[in-house]
Amino acid sequence: MGYALQQLINGLSLGAMYGLIAIGYTMVYGIIGMINFAHGEIYMIGAFLSVLTYVLCTALGVGPTPLVLLAMLFASITFTALYGWAVERIAYRPLRGAPRLAPLISAIGMSIFLQNYVQLTQGARIKSVPPLWQGGVTLWSADDFRVTFGWAQLTVVLVTLIVMAGFAWMITRTAFGRQQRACEQDPKMAALLGIDVDRTISLTFIIGAALAAVAGVMTVLQYGVIDFSIGFIAGIKAFTAAVLGGIGSVPGAMLGGLLIGFVEAFWSAYLSPEYKDVATFSILVLVLLFRPTGLLGKPDVEKV
Amino acid sequence: MTPLRTLALAAGLAAPLLAHADWLVGVAGPFTGQYASAGDQIKKGAEAAAADINAKGGVLGQKIKLEYGDDACDPKQAVAVANALVNKKVQFVHGHWCSSSTIPASDIYNDADILMATVSTNPQVTERGLKNIFRIMGRDDQQGSVIGQWIASKFKDKKVAVLDDKSAYGKGLADEIAKAMKAAGKEPVLRESITAGEKDYSGIVTRLKNAGVDVLAYGGYHTEVALLLRQADQVGLPLVVVGGDTMTNSELVTAAGKLADRVYFTFTPDPRKNPQAAPIVERFRAAKIEPEGYVLYAYAALQLFEQAVTQAGGVERAKLEPVLRKGKFDTAIGTLEFDEKGDLKKPAFAIYKWTGGRYDYAE
Repeated sequence: MGYALQQLINGLSLGAMYGLIAIGYTMVYGIIGMINFAHGEIYMIGAFLSVLTYVLCTALGVGPTPLVLLAMLFASITFTALYGWAVERIAYRPLRGAPRLAPLISAIGMSIFLQNYVQLTQGARIKSVPPLWQGGVTLWSADDFRVTFGWAQLTVVLVTLIVMAGFAWMITRTAFGRQQRACEQDPKMAALLGIDVDRTISLTFIIGAALAAVAGVMTVLQYGVIDFSIGFIAGIKAFTAAVLGGIGSVPGAMLGGLLIGFVEAFWSAYLSPEYKDVATFSILVLVLLFRPTGLLGKPDVEKV
Repeated sequence: MTPLRTLALAAGLAAPLLAHADWLVGVAGPFTGQYASAGDQIKKGAEAAAADINAKGGVLGQKIKLEYGDDACDPKQAVAVANALVNKKVQFVHGHWCSSSTIPASDIYNDADILMATVSTNPQVTERGLKNIFRIMGRDDQQGSVIGQWIASKFKDKKVAVLDDKSAYGKGLADEIAKAMKAAGKEPVLRESITAGEKDYSGIVTRLKNAGVDVLAYGGYHTEVALLLRQADQVGLPLVVVGGDTMTNSELVTAAGKLADRVYFTFTPDPRKNPQAAPIVERFRAAKIEPEGYVLYAYAALQLFEQAVTQAGGVERAKLEPVLRKGKFDTAIGTLEFDEKGDLKKPAFAIYKWTGGRYDYAE
C-alpha cells in the first residue's frame, strides 16, 4: 500500500511535467492544426536557460533557494517565450495556407536546428545543477515503509498547480482566452469579426513555450542533469500524452500527462523498469488505433 | 701501423657501431590532441626511466634511446606511427594509450616481432590471440570481480542490488559484479537494468526502497548515478552506490552535490602511494615533476624492459617473450606477473570514495 502510494507520488510529479509540455502541443494543434515537433526543443531550451540563470545566481551570490527558483522561472519563461515566438515567425507563419505537410517538415527542420544550435553553443556534455533541496516530508508510514514526498517533487507539483490554475483562468475568463478559442473554432470567422488571427497564433506559441519553460525549470529542479538532446524523448512522450488526452483539448493534455506519468511509475514499479518506454509508446499506438480522438477530444466533424 | 694507431682506428670504427647498438625503445601515445596531457605524462615517465637506467650503465652494457610516435588517439594515425616505428627498427614499444589505437597498432608490432607493454584497458587488447602484448594495467572487466568481492565482505549484513544501464561496459561490469558476489556467497536482492539517458528513475528507486536495499552496485556511467542518488534521496532512501572507474568524473559531484559522498568506485591504485616507488617519486618531485597519472606507468614499462632484457640476454622475441610471460618484475607500480594472454595475473584495483568533492582510498 505504502509502496503504491509512493509510486503514485512519483507518477504525479513526472506526469505534471509531461502535462505542461503537452499543453503546448495541443494548443498549437487546436489553432493551426499542425504538430509542432520543435516543441520538445523549446522545452530543452527552457531547461538550459534555467541552468544558465542558476549559474549566474551562484556567481552573483544571490541568496535563498526560493529566490533562485523564482529567478530561474522568470528568466526561463521570458526567454523561452521569445524562442517560441521566433520559431512561429520564422518557420510556420510563411507557410500559413500551404499544404499540411510543409509546416510539418518545417517543424522537424526547426527541431534539428535548435538541437544543433544548443549543442554548438553550449557543448555536448551534460549540464548539471546540484540539488536545491534535499530530502522530503514523510507523509505516512506503515510496515517499515515510509511514504516520502520529496521537497523537489512537492515544489514541482505545487508550481504546476499554480501555473495550470493561472492558465485555465486566462483561457476561460480573459479577452485573449476568448479570442484564442474563437480562432480555434473558426479562424476565418474570427478574422471577419476583427480578431487579429496572426497575433493570436503568435500568443499561442508564446504561451505554449512559457509552459514548456516551466517544465524545463521543473526538470532542472527535480533531476538536475540536462543535455542538448533531452527535448526529443520528453517531446515525444508529451505528444503521446496530448494524443491520449485528445489532441486539441487542453484539459485532455493535462490528464494525458498525468496518466503517462502514472503508467511509467507503475510499470517500473511492478514490471520491468527497463521497458517503461515500451509501455508509453504502446499507449500511443493503441490510442491512435482504437480511439484517435483520445479521452477528452471531440471527434473531428467534417465541415462541408 | 703502431699499436696505438690501430687502437685509435678501431675505436673510431667502433664508436658509430656502439651508437647503433643502443636499445631503441618506441614510446607511442597521444602527444598532441585532446588527450595530450596523458601523452605528456608518458613522455616524462619514459624519459626519467631511460635516464635512470642509462646512468646505471644501461641494459647489458647498452644505453636506451627513446623514439616517440604521436598517434593523437586516432586509430588511423596509430597505424602510421606503428609502421614508422617498425621502420626505425625499434626493439620494444611502450604504448599506445587509447585502446582504439593499441588494437590496430599491436598487429603491426606483432608482425615485426616487437614486444610491447601497454596501459590500454579494453579487454579486446589481449583477447585477440596476439602474443606480443603485455598489459601493465587492469582490464575493464576485472573491475567487476574486485567490486563484487569487496561488496561481499564490506556490506555483509546489508541488502545489495545490482543494476546496469544496458551498455556494453555497464552490463559487462554489472554481470561480473553479480557473479563475484554470488561466488562469495552474497546474493543480490535485485538484478535489473535501466535505460541510460533517461531522467526519471523514481520508479526503480522506489522499488529499491521497497526491497530494503542499502547498497546499489551499478554498472554504467556517472550521469545516471547522480540521477539515481538524487531521486533516492527524494523518496527517503539513503542509498550507497558502488561503481567502476567511470565514477572518477567530477561531473558526478556537480550533479549529485553532497550525495556524491555516498559513492564508492574502483580505479587503478595511485602508484605514488606504493612504498616500492617512494624513492622514484622523491626523485621526480626533486626534479619538479609530479608523478601523477601515467608517469609511473611509463617508468615501470621501461623498468620491465630493463629487467626482462637483462634476464633474457637479448631483445629477440624468441628469447624475450618467454621471460616476460614467466617472470616476476619489480617496478614502480608494484610486482608485475603476466598470464597467457599477457594480462596481469594480479591486476591492481583500489576502492576509492568521494568525500567533499575529492576522491581517495576508501578505508
